[in-house]
Formats: sequence, C-alpha cells, structure tokens
Amino acid sequence: MREKAKAAAATDDTRANDLSLDEAVPGHREIGAAELKSVAEALIFVAEEPISAKIIAELVDVDEDNVRNIITKLVAEYEARSSGLQVREIAGGWQIATRPEHHEHVRAYLKSRPSAKLSLASLETLAVIAYKQPITIPEILEIRGVQSPSAIKTLLDKRLIVTKGRKETVGRPMMYGTSKEFLIQFGLKDLSELPSIEDFQDLAGGETTEGRRQ
Amino acid sequence: MEDNNSPEMTAVPAPESASQAPATITVTGAEPKIRPDHENDRLKITLGEFEGPLDLLLYLIRQDQVNIYDIPVARITDEYLRYLNLMQELDLSVAGDFLVMAAQLIELKSRMLLPRDPLAVEEEEFDPRADLVNRLLEHEKFKAAAQMLWSRATVEQAVFTRAETETDKNNPEVAVGLFDLLTVFQKILARHKEEVLMEIEREEITMAEMIERLRNMVRSAGELNLITFFERASSRRELVVAFLSVLELVRLGEISLLQRETFGAIIARATNPA
Repeated sequence: MREKAKAAAATDDTRANDLSLDEAVPGHREIGAAELKSVAEALIFVAEEPISAKIIAELVDVDEDNVRNIITKLVAEYEARSSGLQVREIAGGWQIATRPEHHEHVRAYLKSRPSAKLSLASLETLAVIAYKQPITIPEILEIRGVQSPSAIKTLLDKRLIVTKGRKETVGRPMMYGTSKEFLIQFGLKDLSELPSIEDFQDLAGGETTEGRRQ
Repeated sequence: MEDNNSPEMTAVPAPESASQAPATITVTGAEPKIRPDHENDRLKITLGEFEGPLDLLLYLIRQDQVNIYDIPVARITDEYLRYLNLMQELDLSVAGDFLVMAAQLIELKSRMLLPRDPLAVEEEEFDPRADLVNRLLEHEKFKAAAQMLWSRATVEQAVFTRAETETDKNNPEVAVGLFDLLTVFQKILARHKEEVLMEIEREEITMAEMIERLRNMVRSAGELNLITFFERASSRRELVVAFLSVLELVRLGEISLLQRETFGAIIARATNPA
C-alpha cells in the first residue's frame, strides 16, 4: 500500500516536473484548498486501509497540517449534509464508512449478519492486554485469576494482539500487545482513545454482575 | 467459554427422554437458579457462568451485598466452598484455579481468626484481606472494560466500509473471455488426439444429458476445473457437445467461469442465486 503510494508519488513528481519545464519555479504546482480537499476525499475513498494524513501529504506534496485541516472540513461537510457516509479517523488514518444507523439496510443488501462476537473470556483477556500492554501471560493470569490459553490463541488468530518481544526476566516470557487490527475493529483512533481504566472504578464499586451479559 | 475451567464447559445435558425425568443442567446467565420445569417434569438447574474463581467470588460478594472492603471472610469462604461442592456434585470439572482460590480463602479465614501478635508494631497492622480485595477490584475493572469493548465492537459492526476495489489480483472473476475458453478447448482437443488410439463405439450423448452431467459435476464438486470436465468426453463429438453445454449453462447464468490467474485453469462454479 505504502509502496504503491510512494511509486505514485514518484510518477506524480516527474509528471509535475515535465509540466513545469517552462515555468519559472521547477517542482510541483501549488494545489488549491478546494482541489486538495477533493483529492484527499478521493484518496480516502479508494484506500483499502485507513490512510494517514502523512501519506496524503506526501502524495500531494503539501504540508501534513494542511491535509489535516482540509480533512476536518471534509468531515464537517459530510456531517452538514447528513450524508449516509462518514469520514472518520481510525487506527491512525482516515476512512470513509457508512453511518451505523443505516446498518439494517446495508446488512439487508449485503446479506450479512453481525459476525461471531468474541467470547467473554476473550474479551476480558483482550481488555487486560489493551490496558496493561506489553504484558506476559503469567501477568494476565494474575489479573484474571484464571488461565487463558485459548483466549490468547483466539486473539492471536484474529490478529487482535501481537507479540511484543520478550520480557527480560526469568524465563524471558513473551509479551503481548494490541494490534492495528484491534484499533480498526473497535473503532479507535489510537490507544489513548480508550477510556482510562480508572474510570471503571465507579462501575466496579457498585454494579452487580447483572446485565453484563446477553 | 473458551477456558476449560469455566463450569459451563462440561455441563452435560441430560438425555432427552422425558420418561427418565433427570435433572437437566442448563448453564446460562450469571444467576444460578434451580427452577422446576413443569412441562417435562424435570428439575432445571441454571448455574452461573463464571470465568474463574475471582468471578465467582465477586458474584458471591455482590449477591450478599457485603462491603467489598470489609468482606466477612468466614461466610464468603463457606459459600464459596458450598458452590465448589455443588459444581462437583453436578459433575462439572472444577479447574485447579478454583481450588487454589479455595485454599487461599481458607488460609485467609484462619489468619483472621488468629489473635493479633501483641508484640507487632501498631503501624504495621495490616488487613490480610487487602491483597484479595485489590485483586477483586482490579478484576472487576477489567470486567467493565471488557463490557466497554463489547459495546464498541457492536457499534463497529454496524459500520461498513467500501468493498475491495476490483483488480485482477483480488477478483478472479474477471470474466473469462471466449478466447480463453477456446484456447483451453483447443488444448484439450489436441491432447485428446494424441491420447485416443482406438475409438470405441458408444452411444452418443445428447446435449441435454451433457448439460445434466455438467450440472451434477459442478454441484457435487462446488468448483469444477473445466479440464476435468472435458477430459471425461470420450470422443471428439462428445467434446464438442461438452463445450456447447458449457456455453449454454453460462448463457443461462447457471454457472460462472473464473480464472484465478492469466493462463491458469478455468473453473466453473454455480452462480450464486442472487
């Protein structure tokens, strides 16, 4: 993806050079705000994975902050006209996606059903890893009070977690952390968007286990 | 659900015959209940779905509405052990983790009973339960966090992104051209000429029969390499009929042809009923 982008950037550059031979300033042509917005939209639309402002900036050869500002406008435009689509920031990039409120119709058309959810064991293990990463399996056991080998395996299979090297301690156990796929599947910009674990303190203080499962 | 030690794993449903009237064990939800099933005249026991000893312990504490910072260790330990016994009676395998917790609870209980060391410095007075309380609170926080992840994933599943762009690489169904089909056909024909040394008289197959054969082959195989299909033809004439039947089924939209790579095998596949 990135390489493709770079290759495209390269050809863009040469083309720009060709065009500007007779111009006073060699190099790229200034891109107007309106055009930049339009190009950014096209790129976000066509990118298979969330595309970062940096990549767009490199492609179009403008300042990264410019791109960020223009995308903010784009997002506002989609909002303003109550579009069925949204431009949203996810996993360190931008993505065009449908609005969740249309899910019934979209599902009816795609003939898809919500895919199998993670089991409670896997979700709890994932929560521990997300907040305590990098973390080793014995440390997960300590918090959960229960072994979770199959949960770890499920999470690895689904590529929600990845290994993050070994801990320099007895036995040098493997450490785990969440992946980019995790951010995508849980709709997070980055890890800092996770609510602080201390925010769950109040919940933990009083709530019963009721309503925790379906 | 995935961990062997959650009790629901080994819950064995009783045999279906109602005449024996055995107790059926259904394990769902968080609330353990025993309720008579009047319809089948059986006793239904619903056990909590506990993700481990901390989960069970938390449940017991919440159920009794005791202050988590001041756990009546003796009472909770008794309840915990009673639960463990129940699980064993019900033939649920009780995982080691549960037993470890039982041992810790009993140790805690005995430590609570011991008189304080009169020589110990006042300041160092330490609640032996503190460690357990911290673990419980920590565990409960992560349970809440898991719940948060669950809701996020649910919302996220209602959001759809654009389908993959069609390129030759990720979409093998770049319609196989007639030319590709002819090339394959010619290849087969050529091979056929080499192979068949002696022609055996046999009844000619009709177009309808050939179409039926193709249908069956596609249906049973799911995906059918056209070469396999053509190779079954035993004469030049039959090959022609086979070729025509492929064209016919494509025309009718019953099968679609796809080629995963340039010059690769052409695969026939039943068209998905749209």
